[in-house]
Amino acid sequence: MEEFHLSNSFKKRKNEKLLEWVVCRVHESKNNSEGINCDDDDDDGEVELSVLDEVLNFPGGEVKFTSNLNFIPETTEERVHCYRVLDDDGYPITNDFAQIEKEVALKIYTDMVTLQTMDTIFYEAQRQGRISFYVTTLGEEAINIASAAALKTDDFIFPQYREPGVLLWRGFTIQEFAHQLFGNKNDYGKGRQMPIHYGSNKHNYITVSSPVATQLPHAVGAAYALKMDAKNACTIVYFGDGGSSTGDFHAALNFAAVLDAPVIFFCRNNGFAISTPVTDQFRSDGVVTKGQGYGIRSIRVDGNDALAVFTAVQEARKIAVNEHKPVLVEALTYRAGHHSTSDDSTKYRPATEIEWWRTARDPISRFKKWIEREGWLNSQAESELRSNIRKQVLQAIQVAEKVEKPPIKDVFTDVYDVPPANLQEQETFIRETIKRNPQDYPTDVPL
Amino acid sequence: MLIWLLACRNCDDKGISVRKGSSFVVRSDGRLSYGLNGRGDRAEHLITNAVAAKEDTAAASTSSKPGHELLLFEALREGLEEEMDRDPTVCVMGEDVGHYGGSYKVTKGLAPKYGDLRVLDTPIAENSFTGMGIGAAMTGLRPVVEGMNMGFLLLAFNQISNNCGMLHYTSGGQFKIPIVIRGPGGVGRQLGAEHSQRLESYFQSIPGIQMVACSTPYNAKGLMKAAIRSDNPVILFEHVLLYNLKERIPDEEYVLNLEEAEMVRPGEHVTILTYSRMRYHVMQAAKTLVNKGYDPEVIDIRSLKPFDLYTIGKSVKKTHRVLIVEECMRTGGIGASLTAAITENFHDYLDAPIVCLSSQDVPTPYAGTLENWTVVQPPQIVTAVEQLCQ
Repeated sequence: MEEFHLSNSFKKRKNEKLLEWVVCRVHESKNNSEGINCDDDDDDGEVELSVLDEVLNFPGGEVKFTSNLNFIPETTEERVHCYRVLDDDGYPITNDFAQIEKEVALKIYTDMVTLQTMDTIFYEAQRQGRISFYVTTLGEEAINIASAAALKTDDFIFPQYREPGVLLWRGFTIQEFAHQLFGNKNDYGKGRQMPIHYGSNKHNYITVSSPVATQLPHAVGAAYALKMDAKNACTIVYFGDGGSSTGDFHAALNFAAVLDAPVIFFCRNNGFAISTPVTDQFRSDGVVTKGQGYGIRSIRVDGNDALAVFTAVQEARKIAVNEHKPVLVEALTYRAGHHSTSDDSTKYRPATEIEWWRTARDPISRFKKWIEREGWLNSQAESELRSNIRKQVLQAIQVAEKVEKPPIKDVFTDVYDVPPANLQEQETFIRETIKRNPQDYPTDVPL
Repeated sequence: MLIWLLACRNCDDKGISVRKGSSFVVRSDGRLSYGLNGRGDRAEHLITNAVAAKEDTAAASTSSKPGHELLLFEALREGLEEEMDRDPTVCVMGEDVGHYGGSYKVTKGLAPKYGDLRVLDTPIAENSFTGMGIGAAMTGLRPVVEGMNMGFLLLAFNQISNNCGMLHYTSGGQFKIPIVIRGPGGVGRQLGAEHSQRLESYFQSIPGIQMVACSTPYNAKGLMKAAIRSDNPVILFEHVLLYNLKERIPDEEYVLNLEEAEMVRPGEHVTILTYSRMRYHVMQAAKTLVNKGYDPEVIDIRSLKPFDLYTIGKSVKKTHRVLIVEECMRTGGIGASLTAAITENFHDYLDAPIVCLSSQDVPTPYAGTLENWTVVQPPQIVTAVEQLCQ
């Protein structure tokens, strides 16, 4: 039995009897009887803890005191290290990563190429005036596809707006993407949202909502629902470096930690929030360091390394589902395209920098080198793939362009489960206006 | 598990009120548990999958009258509990709703019965737990989000307007949000300006939500049940001063219609439209008016969005005079919208312009006398009816 004394030596006054607190260890004694032994004898060679080891429990837990006036520094000397598997030339720097099979690797590659091709062509289509708006995911293909590949179909996705690749991985077709962009009657959103605001309940991909970071608390709520139903699934929510400044970010992470919600917070730290660089966004070492502030396990990963992203998300999912704990993953990357078609980023960053990231740090070429060396891809298959996808995208645009727009009645449905009287009146009013002034109403939009 | 006992040897001598031999248990995971850390340990004592045994219905009446008597906050709780029994996806989230039972005791007793997962205590971040409720609703739960005071839901405005009201529409109907957001609002007894907000006027424009206001134990329970069963997001407005109203309500189950107004007192001379606490001021004024020979028709509109223009219209067509009595501010309140709606739809039936009695466009002062005069009082209602009926 070990006995420790807590002493108040410096508080000793003459003849004053001290409070003697004795810390006694409870254990089973050799003859198998449990006992608590606190010797009254002062001299049995106990170790005296100094007053510095005194503890006092404030609400929240016990805390040790110190007499050193030390402030915790605002940053550490070295930034948090970044997990990567493949080096810039696609050579694995470790063998400790999630092993993936050829089919999965090829699907990852194919989908990354598809995403890149879609982005390039749809962006051009907007420039030509064929669609009204577009947001590219250039430079973040590995983040999109590899993170999606590490999840399962029951996991709910809460996207921000730069994650169409996740939906692509789950089986959304290029044609379905095109329909949403053109807002035609085949759009699952019925033409009500901006382009890029995809949503598909059959793929467990929640419709994109424009306000920044509002999806973070949603993901926590959904994770909570999964936990209540004891499902073997988690939620993942994506957001950018800018989104980490919002109040919703703070509260969502705090909630997730307090509620033990199985959610993966995936931050795409791509360096910019429109034109605001990260140096103007926060003073912390990126977003990964904020995790500990909420009591959340976190990791920083090279977002342009598909294998690293895959491994990290797979592990994060295990933590979330098996331990019911939230995880924060910060993927460092670079937004190689403009914020959107309404932005010209050369206004706030050098074109040479953009070009360098697009070529030397392209996540797709890096992964390609790896799978080529694995013998899973040859250059002929590669060029066939690219021209094939290009054709598909162009075809999808042509088809989507010709499809009818949603009818006027869809302005009034789905506001509630059933259109109430005032909306029915408003619809009648519109229809009458159209009837009276048919020349003002576009002929290609059904009623 | 390693257990350390911290035993005070000689505490008695110092006169410290610790019994000899008493101890605190310091667990090996570092947490001291003797009360202060109760909250922190809760996670380990989660009552998951608590099976709710059907409780006896509230205190059986001693008289021979049917039904049972209860207070309005108990009626809300009864409605909530019945729905939680009926549908396991109904859950509650808000500040202090769990073991504390809610600031107005509406959720008292629910956490021990249904477990911590179904009655959730949240940190103080209204925008975020409302967002959480929306996310949970989109993925299959039916959350009831409590705002400790309606005014705090101003922090949740972004989520309520941009997501709660919109996501069903913008997702093309793919995701529905069967959420209920409820809480006490209105002018109380000296709660201060920030805690005397009338949010119904701010929220009434948001497309995609429904708003109802309860005023009696009977309609409180019925509207709570209806709101939970509705697939649309519903905001249920309660009033701080009405929680202790007592009424006898039926034992049998009943659910009210969210879009219906309630005929409180049929009459012939004037239609008085009101809701929530003002109903009682109106009824008090009605007594005086009846003594003076008037016959007012009093309708509690209950449904703030959309208005029950059928019931209201029928009344206007009968009496031809309308007085609206509300607690909202004059500018942009429910009364303002109602005036516009009635004028548009029933202009030909009006013999006089619509009169709307509202609170002034001032923050609610704290001083009791001042506060009283920002709220419409029965004498003002009497005067207005007299003037309207000249």
